Parts: sequence; C-alpha cells; structure tokens
Amino acid sequence: MKTTTDIAAIFDDFNVKDGASISFHHHLRNGDAVQNHVLDEARRRKLKNLRLYPSAVFPVHRVLKTLLEEGAVASLTTNYLNGPVAEYFAKEASGDILRMQSHGGRARAVIEGDNPIDIAFVAAPAVDAQKNASGLEGPAACGSLGYAMEDVKHAKHVVLVTDTLVDHLENPQIDGTDVDAVLVLDSIGDPKGITSGTLSLTRDPIGMKIARSAMRLLDALGVIKEGFSFQSGAGGVSLRVVDMLNEKMTRDRIHASFFSGGITGHHVKMLEAGLVETLYDVQCFDLEAIASLRRNASHIAISADRYANPNNPDRVIADLDCVILGATEIDLDFNVNVTTDSHNTIIGGSGGHSDTAEDAKLSLIVTPLIKGRIPVIKERVTTITTPGKTVDVLITERGIAINPARQGIIETAQKAGLHVDTIEGLMAIAHTLTGVPASTARKTHPIGFVESRRGERLDTLHAKE
Amino acid sequence: MKTIVVGSLESSDCLITLTPASETTIDIESVVYDAFGDQIRAVIEAVLSRHHLDDVHIRCQDKGALDYAIEARLETAIRRYKEANHGS
Repeated sequence: MKTTTDIAAIFDDFNVKDGASISFHHHLRNGDAVQNHVLDEARRRKLKNLRLYPSAVFPVHRVLKTLLEEGAVASLTTNYLNGPVAEYFAKEASGDILRMQSHGGRARAVIEGDNPIDIAFVAAPAVDAQKNASGLEGPAACGSLGYAMEDVKHAKHVVLVTDTLVDHLENPQIDGTDVDAVLVLDSIGDPKGITSGTLSLTRDPIGMKIARSAMRLLDALGVIKEGFSFQSGAGGVSLRVVDMLNEKMTRDRIHASFFSGGITGHHVKMLEAGLVETLYDVQCFDLEAIASLRRNASHIAISADRYANPNNPDRVIADLDCVILGATEIDLDFNVNVTTDSHNTIIGGSGGHSDTAEDAKLSLIVTPLIKGRIPVIKERVTTITTPGKTVDVLITERGIAINPARQGIIETAQKAGLHVDTIEGLMAIAHTLTGVPASTARKTHPIGFVESRRGERLDTLHAKE
Repeated sequence: MKTIVVGSLESSDCLITLTPASETTIDIESVVYDAFGDQIRAVIEAVLSRHHLDDVHIRCQDKGALDYAIEARLETAIRRYKEANHGS
C-alpha cells in the first residue's frame, strides 16, 4: 500500500470493519484533526462495535462523542479524557465500556496484547519517502511522539497521517519499515491547540507557599544532591518548584542526572545551563521544548514503554528520585483522584500519575487545601487513580501530611522544623474554613473502570446521574 | 426603587443582587450547592436577621465563597440597598 489522500481507500485496503480495534495518540492534543477525520469515515460506513484506543481524548474530539451516542462504540480505552466525551459519560452513557489506563499501563497493555490493535492511525507531523516519521518538522510539529511508539510496533497495520511530505528526515522517530501506508491531509492539526506558549509559573501566594514548602522538604530529605533525578507536571505550582530548583542548583553548583516526563521550556533552560545532564521527553508541552528537541542531543524523545511500562526493567522512571504531582482529591489513606470530580464527572485521568507515584523513591502531592470551597482532602476519594500506598507526602499551604508508612520521612521533616500535621488534622483545618460538606457522592450505574498500570481493576467509574 | 449588585463571579467569590420585592425571598445558585447549599442559606438568613428588611429579593450567585465572604458581600449589599432606597 502506498500513499493516498483518501481515507476510504485506507478503510478498504485494511478491511476496517465492524468490531475493528483502532488506536490514536494524543501528541496533537486539542489541535488534533486526525481522530475526527478517521472516525468520520467510520461513521459514514455505519461501523459498529468499534474498540477504540486513543491515548487521550480532548474537547476537540467531537466525532467520538457522536459515535458513542449512536451506540457504535463497544469499548473506549484511554489514559486521559475531558470535554464532550466526558459529558457523554457523565449524562448519557448506558454501557459499561470505559477503561482508564495510565501511560505506562497502556504501553504494557499494547506490548503484551491486552490492547490488541488492528490499525493504528499515527498523526505524523512530517513523513519522508521511506515512510519514516518525525514530530519535529511541519506545521503541526509536536516534538516527541512517545505515546505512538508501541502502537507502531504492535498494531497489525500502521497508517501515518501527515500534511508534510519531505524527501529525507534525519533521525526519524518512527521507522518506515513498521509503516503500511501514508494518508496525506491538507492539515493534521491546528498548531494553536497543540502547544501552549510559555507555560507560566504560579505567582499566587498560596501556590508560592506550597512550592516553598516542597523545596524545604526536598532540602531536609537531602533529595537535591549531585546526580539526582526529578519529574514534575506542567502545573503552575510544579513549575514554580522547578524554577526554585534552578535557583538552588545554580547557587550550590548541583547537577541533576535527568528530568523526565512532559518537558517544558523551564526544563530546557536548565539543560542548556548545564544543570541537568539529560531530558527524557515523552511529550513536549511547549514550543521551547520542541525547539530544544531539534537542537540538543541530550534532550531525548522516548517511548511510553521506555518511560513508564512497569514490566520494562529499563524504564526511565524506575530510577526517579522524586516526582511532584497534583490531586483533585486525596483521602485519609493517601489515595489520590485525578480522574473525576466529586460528582463522578471525568475531568482527566492518570496520565503518568500512578506510574511515577509508584516508581519514584519520593512522591509529593502539591495542592491547595481548598479549591473553590471544596476541601481537597476527603474521607474517601470519589475515584482512586493512584493508590495511597504509593503516595508519600501531601503538601498544602496550611501544612504537610506524611503517609504514616513513611516514619523516616516524618522524623526527618520534624527535625528540620517543617510544619508536619496528620492528614486528618489538615482535613479538620479545611473544615473549620469551609464547613463540613454534605455528602454528594451518589452510586449510579457503572460506566467503566480505572485500571492499574499492571492491568488490575483499581476502581469503578460511575455516571453522574 | 433601585437594584443593588455587590461582589463578582470570580472563583471563591459570590455576586449578591438585591431587588425590591413584595416579600423577602432568597435564591441561591452555587457551584457547591450540593455540599454547602444549606450552609449558604443559613449564613444569608443570619445576616438578614440582623437587619429590618422585609421587602427584598436576594439572589446569591456563589462561586465557592467561604462563609465570611458571603457575609461581607451581603452586609455591604444591604447597607447600599438601604442608602439607595431609604435614604438612611
């Protein structure tokens, strides 16, 4: 099969029919045009019983919602989900069809056959004459193609979808020998939805206080030492911690071995200042990260398997000293929810949350104690994304709570004069400010489940009403 | 008779609107109604009980304000309402 501009020809040639398993990756995020284009064809053909494996679902993915409403989807397996599809599951879903994985769990499942994929549609910003692909060129350049790599190796058929054909790509991320066909569109995505400009550091006093507490704890625990490794999300508080690390490492002449995960310009600045040896990049969050991936040999695009597959002994995060993560809810057993709000509506998903919390030697959750009157600490989280036994410390603006299983951390933090409370104590502080919230959780019909990175069922997902 | 509007629709704030009416009524719209609707009503009623006001419709559009913020917004609204409508 060669190169075509006709999606119908692809469906014909690879016999995409009722019951097909189709995968997508999410590096074009909310700018992605590929998933809608492919699923529109599935709709035209009135295909049923589709098994869909997008690595994440964003507000732009409206055709998927329509297919769900029309009853054409037998199962949806993804790592992160928001927008109209989340609204569908909150209000209209009747079937028990949603499976939420982690980034590492998805890679494991694709490799081990738990996510059997008939055909992978890979949004490829640039493709050359040998069907090699790169995320670094073209108008829809997104940088790392980390989440597509396992699909390319393990799907029965692989179709690159691109808007940019070139003669030859240096250092392609996807090898043309794994590719069956190339589909050429006018545009595979809207750059405005793919990357942000510069991601901003928090200036909000609550966020600043949380970031400073996190730094004091890292200091007390001796985490910030020559050769340490670190990961954080791209939230404002996490990035503020990265900036504070930059200052401290510059001042004390400390060098890190690697930063991993989603990479931003704030990480790139430290690479180029010689403060960190390597960036392991599974996803570029901004334009500076993409530009750095082009010019810096020690900024390395890695697959989700190399990043976080629990059954890959060489996974990068197995060597991670510290990860900083967020929480929508956290409970008295330190279970964390980043999958649903307290009314069962899906607002995201693990991504790498449960992978890094388990693997990193130290996992810190940073969050304001109260968000719009809702206390973040619950007796029980609405949904378990990340089991509490993998979570070490909660840091809020009104004190930190340490998992009682980590007595060593508790003692060190207390000796360093940090304000250590119990998680029950922090919940009580929140309740004095907000009042005790009336219970809002309703047990409605199940719509799916959260899966651990090893494929066990972690928790059930419910419709909102 | 004048309508008075106090506050904002920013997160953690509330917008209070007082409108002349034949009897006092309270309308609450809140992003945290399920968890805190009763408590918001109790705060509004407590503030009202400190004032002689039996001719006003109170609308509270709440974005997760804490009790003291709701109380302060409503106190201010009532003060302005009285100034505007009773010349006191």
